[in-house]
Parts: sequence; structure tokens; C-alpha cells
Amino acid sequence: MFELDGVTAKRGDRGVLRDVCVEIDGGATAIVGPSGAGKSTLLRLLNRLADPTAGVVRFRGRDVRQLDVLTLRRDAVLVPQVPAPLPGSVAANVEYGPSLCDRSAPPVERCLELAGLDADYAPRDAARLSVGEQQRVMLARALALEPAALLLDEPTAALDEATRTGVELTLVELHATLGVAIVIVTHDRSQAARLTTRTIELRDGRLSG
Amino acid sequence: MSQSIDISLAEVAAALALVAIAAAVSLWRRVELESDLGVAVLRSFLQLTAVGYVIQAIFDSESLWLVAGLLTVMVGVGTWTARSRARKVPRATLPIAVGLGVAAAATVGLVVALGIFDPKARYLVPVGGMVIGNAMTAAAVALNRLADEVESQARMIEATLALGATAAQATSGLATRSLRSGMIPVIDQTKTTGIVAFPGAMVGMLLAGAEPVDAVRLQLVLLWVLMGSVALSAVIATSLGYRGFFTEAHQLRD
Repeated sequence: MFELDGVTAKRGDRGVLRDVCVEIDGGATAIVGPSGAGKSTLLRLLNRLADPTAGVVRFRGRDVRQLDVLTLRRDAVLVPQVPAPLPGSVAANVEYGPSLCDRSAPPVERCLELAGLDADYAPRDAARLSVGEQQRVMLARALALEPAALLLDEPTAALDEATRTGVELTLVELHATLGVAIVIVTHDRSQAARLTTRTIELRDGRLSG
Repeated sequence: MSQSIDISLAEVAAALALVAIAAAVSLWRRVELESDLGVAVLRSFLQLTAVGYVIQAIFDSESLWLVAGLLTVMVGVGTWTARSRARKVPRATLPIAVGLGVAAAATVGLVVALGIFDPKARYLVPVGGMVIGNAMTAAAVALNRLADEVESQARMIEATLALGATAAQATSGLATRSLRSGMIPVIDQTKTTGIVAFPGAMVGMLLAGAEPVDAVRLQLVLLWVLMGSVALSAVIATSLGYRGFFTEAHQLRD
């Protein structure tokens, strides 16, 4: 689904990725490595939240710079590490993505269910939920766009163990039931083993192992 | 009818007694602003004297081209000043220049078209100068607020971009709050005028011997004109200025 060909990237003046060549298929893939290895930057390149300084990123065989960037981001939705709910209700958050384009959206209740939340959550103020609940709202918000790929940046980093386990189960079910590709950044190798079938390891901005 | 005011250079110099008080306070409390006070006095004398001669020449010529030229220079200086205040906004020069230029042209054009002022240098130069000065402050305040909002809301902005929002959609709420910041000072000034403070034009007319009713009417015109020009300047500056924070591909710049 994604292909990185000789990709080098910077954040500010700091080199983050160096000559990375890797393919990511439509399954469940983990990107692991220590802090500062370039994991989140690689994820951001996949839906053009950032561009490489050299090399090419391809989505479904095409250079992402030749694709409509807004469509790309709706096909490969990134869920941030720290929940960033919009002001308003959970339903308004879930409906936000589809409201930006002409896509027909699945019902809010269905998205919430897929993300492991009851329909009762729809009218609640998203800002007043717990971090774990907000992370599920972020998932539901991404799923409302019916993406081909979910790009997850340390989605359980801010959660306690019980909540983390629940979100992990939800991700496994999503991949199994919807067939959506999952690319997950994590520093936790055991989580990578639990959630994915393939692991890409980064170290100092280069592929390792 | 009233008589015009006549102030000699000796009378102007007498006002330096008040500057001496400021210098004495600075020395007494060791604020160390004596040299700044001196520079301020000298610069205000030189700048206003020079501008006075320029304006006199333009009044004498009655050339609307010269008026347009002077206002263009004011827009340029205003843009430079607002740009230096809104340092955190990338590529802000053009949005500010367009905001100030449109605000000046539209408001000066409207007051002439509506018959409020005759198209004469005597009216257009002071009105234009007042409009540009306030438009400059409004644009700088609004853009500074926009920069603060983008900085504090970067996580939210990027999260919405990640859902396929355009840069404009991702910043629409922030731009609205920034616009409010730019417009509120002149609205508050208009609300409290005559109660908390007398505005400058009215004070000037009263000192020059005008009837209070005439001074009030002119001041009302200017205050209401300023509300329109400030709104135009701030909305244009923020509507164009947000783009500086993003790349063409709707990416938030580092």
C-alpha cells in the first residue's frame, strides 16, 4: 500500500530519516524504535503531513505529491498520539471529517461502536471525557471517513494498562472486521507483537535489523 | 464663528516644562528613561515639523495625486511597522499591505462618495492618516493573536489537517478569534468616547476654536469610519495571513 524509496527527512534543521527504503502492505504493520528514531516522522510522511527532503513516498503505486493531498489524508487517516478533540459533542467530532467532503458517512453510532463506545456517548462534550474515551473518539472520527489505512501514532501511550488493553482489542477487531490497513508507531515491542504481523524497526533514522 | 488657534514657537517650547517633569520623575525613581525622553522630544519635533511642511505643500497644490502618494507612503510605513510587531507570522508583509491599502482606499473612497467630505487634500490627508494608523494597529494585533493561537493550538490544527481539512478550515475558529482581537479596541474606544476620554480630533477642533457640536459631529464620523476601516484591515490581514503558517500542501510549517 505504501512504499518509501530513498526517503530522507528533516524536522527543522535536524535530520530525522536517512535514505529509508521500505514497503508497507495492507496488513497490520508496526514501526518500532527508541525515542527520536524517526517513527512519527515516517508516519507523517505517509499522508503528507510532512514531505521528505529527498526520495519518494508512494501510496498505491503513485507518488503522494501527485495525489490530491486532501483525498490522500481521508484515505490514510492519522490518529494523533495525544487526543485532540474539537470543541463540541462527540457526534460533532465524528461527523467533522465527512462534513469536509462529499463522502457519505456511516452513522455516528456505528463509528462509535467500532471504536468501542456506546451510542450514549454521541451527545456528550468530547472535552469532558477521559483520555482513554477521547482516544476512542479519535478512532471513531477517523473511521467515519472509511479510510483504507489507519495511521496510529502511539495511540495508547497516554492510557493506563486496562484502557490500553481495551483499545488494543478494538484495533485488532477493526483490522479483522473492516480489513483496514493499520500502521502503528510504538516503542513497545510486545504491543507490536500483539497488534501486528510485521515490524519495521528504526534506529537513528535508518532501518535496523 | 470660531477663531483659529495660533501658537507661537515660544508657546510650544513652554510645553517642555511638562517634559522636564517627566525627566525629573525618571531621574528621581532611576527609571533611566531620560535619554529616551530626549530622543522622543527631538524626533516628535523634527517629524511633525517635516510632515507639517509636506502637508502644507500638498494642501497648497490641491493635487489628489499627491494625496494618493502621501497615503501610499503611509501605507508602506504602516506595513513595515505592523510587520515588525507581528514577527511571529511568516510572510505577513503582503497581507498587512493589502489590508492597509484596501482599508485606506475603501474608507477614503466611501466618505467622498457618500458626500461626507469633499475630495480635497485638507480632508483626505488627515482622514487617511487616521484610518491607516488604526488599521495598522488592528492588523498587527489580529496577526499577533493569530500567531499565538496557531502556536497553542498546533496539535488540534494538525489533527484536523490529518482528517482532510484545508488550512483555512483548520484555522477558521482561530482566525475568528484573532479578528475579534483586532476589532475590539476601536469598538471599546467608540463605546467609551466622551466618558472616559475625549478623542483626539474632537480635542483638536475644540482647541482650534470650533463649536462643540461641530467637533462632536466630526468625531462621530471619524469614529464610525474607523470601525469600518479597522474591520476591513483585520479581516484581510487574517484571511490572507493564516496562509503563511502553511505550505501549499496544507502542511503546518515547523
